[in-house]
Amino acid sequence: MSETANNAKSLSIIVTKGTLDWAYPPFILATTAAAMGLNVTMFFTFYGLPLLLKKLDLQLSTLGNPAMKMPMMGMHMTMPNAVSMIPGVDAAATRMMKNLTKKKGVASIEELREAAVDSGVRMIACQMTLDLFEYSLDDMIEGPELGGAATYMETATNSDINLFI
Amino acid sequence: MAEHLLDAKGLNCPLPILKAKKALKDVPTGEVLQVLSTDPGSVADFEAFCRTTGNELLDSKTEGGLYTFLIKHTA
Repeated sequence: MSETANNAKSLSIIVTKGTLDWAYPPFILATTAAAMGLNVTMFFTFYGLPLLLKKLDLQLSTLGNPAMKMPMMGMHMTMPNAVSMIPGVDAAATRMMKNLTKKKGVASIEELREAAVDSGVRMIACQMTLDLFEYSLDDMIEGPELGGAATYMETATNSDINLFI
Repeated sequence: MAEHLLDAKGLNCPLPILKAKKALKDVPTGEVLQVLSTDPGSVADFEAFCRTTGNELLDSKTEGGLYTFLIKHTA
């Protein structure tokens, strides 16, 4: 933070989704923006809030994900929505994705989250979601502060870039 | 000429940039960090990174699948 001048650009991201695939964009953009000298705020709400839990066990769903094609046996295989209902399919897709990320040198969400904390990304845990899903700040990693819509809006009005993911 | 080396081979976006930023912290101003990468996306990304942060991209080289960047720590 010491090297981000007062006139540095700023980014805010509303993080609303907590599946393995959707967890990537906010953390990739937040860490990269911080590395490029931006002041970054992430607001974790609804299904995005559990991304702050100490222990992550992120899953993938093929359901409602019709564009999802995984490289398999030299081709790309579609994951039909219907197979998501078969027990074990989503777990298998999750394993496949985690293996792929490892093989291709893609960071894990845990790594990116740690990088975000280390680079001074400000994290706000949505108080209402915390209440709604019966979590407490004690369940979360060190660092996030509590806040609500007004806290976010104040940040957003002062930010150059505001993203909803 | 590069006194400092970062081997980011095998890493994918955004790790080369994140690691370079971290490595630059230990590079005194005016000195050069050499970054090795195998990520084709890092060519455009290091240009953008340097333009935005004000560090100077002295050189960007491609040899086969290996990308070499020389970044002068100026910012």
